[in-house]
Amino acid sequence: MKVLLRNPSREVDMNGPISVVKLLNRLEMSRQEVLVIQNGTLVPGDAMLAEDAIVEVRPVISGG
Amino acid sequence: MKCKVCKGPALIDVRRHNANFCSDHFIRYCREQVSKTLKEFDMAEPGDRLLVAVSGGKDSFAVWDILESLGFDTNGLYVGLGIGEYSDTSGQYVRDFATGRNLPLTEIDLRSTYDYDVPTASAVTRRVPCSACGLSKRHVFDKECRKGNFDAIVTGHNLDDEAAVLYGNVLRWQTDYLGRQRPMLPALNGFPKKIKPLVRLSERETAAYCVLRGIDYLVEECPMAAGNKHLSYKAALNLIEEESPGSKQAFYFGFLRDAVDRFDLTTSDPNQDRSDVATEDSPILSPCIECGSPTNVETCSFCRLLRRASGAKPVPVELIRKKY
Ligand code: SF4
Ligand SMILES: [Zn+2]
Ligand SMILES: [Zn+2]
Repeated sequence: MKVLLRNPSREVDMNGPISVVKLLNRLEMSRQEVLVIQNGTLVPGDAMLAEDAIVEVRPVISGG
Repeated sequence: MKCKVCKGPALIDVRRHNANFCSDHFIRYCREQVSKTLKEFDMAEPGDRLLVAVSGGKDSFAVWDILESLGFDTNGLYVGLGIGEYSDTSGQYVRDFATGRNLPLTEIDLRSTYDYDVPTASAVTRRVPCSACGLSKRHVFDKECRKGNFDAIVTGHNLDDEAAVLYGNVLRWQTDYLGRQRPMLPALNGFPKKIKPLVRLSERETAAYCVLRGIDYLVEECPMAAGNKHLSYKAALNLIEEESPGSKQAFYFGFLRDAVDRFDLTTSDPNQDRSDVATEDSPILSPCIECGSPTNVETCSFCRLLRRASGAKPVPVELIRKKY
């Protein structure tokens, strides 16, 4: 599966299927500091992501 | 995960309320939180005309969208800061948002209106960029609010922002700043009313609101924000929140309930909001001799910045970034 990361924008390949919680653990990201987005909507923490999924992991913390 | 309201599949969790929501009920939750905040702090009443400061980021779009949905008469205000590519892109996001929803937008570009930009002002005045930027934005917000006769200026500060600022101020006991950390500052001495309707929503919630409403916002950050103290305070609070959900809200709202009234609303610090409001030492306010804004000195801090920065040789954003 493809995972799009932001700030800076980059793409990484991961093995699926995998749950959102596991994906974020693997990326060492806190679930409260990001949103996982697929097809323009949110993916909840307990969802499974398929091998062919394309998801964005978007940080929500701003420094302004 | 099930929606707390309809028991359908949930898309988002709000841990501090121990609740999950589907898209529709999450959007409703956000609007109710804002509606409650507006009443609780006397921020606005139906029929009020609100000037919404927008940056292209999630918070200002969320607050604009929510105020519109609650039936307020809103007008966006975008300040072109001249921070390289970031400003070009953010301006485009704001224009697209306003045009797509047919909402009125006022744009003030610092370079074309005042012949300076934030990087240049930062360099010539030797202020950190965010300080030059904040002073410029406050001046433009106040001026446009008075000019358009709006009832209040709205900014998109959320719970995480306010808790982080409070944390920093308490950590260093900056008592001079604490009194102004209210989500509503009343109109006073020629300064317009200022409101922060998102203080009951976390930044994860404002981002989720934008995604679920299909709002395309600028995810990239202002390059000047990297590595600032605000971010480290947020990181520290997020660690605490992780262990004990609700800590941030208890910290900030407990302060508003039990402590803020012990601190003075006014200050003489030029880096703060309403810096020129009368203080005990210099209680007399008169119009700035250059721009007419209320001040307790002859020339207000914005006009002093303008004197040095306006017309100065432009300094590219990359040079400033290296310095700070
Ligand atoms: S991070 Fe600083 S310089 Fe950038 S927009 Fe915010 S206040 Fe201005
Ligand atoms: Zn629901
Ligand atoms: Zn002035």
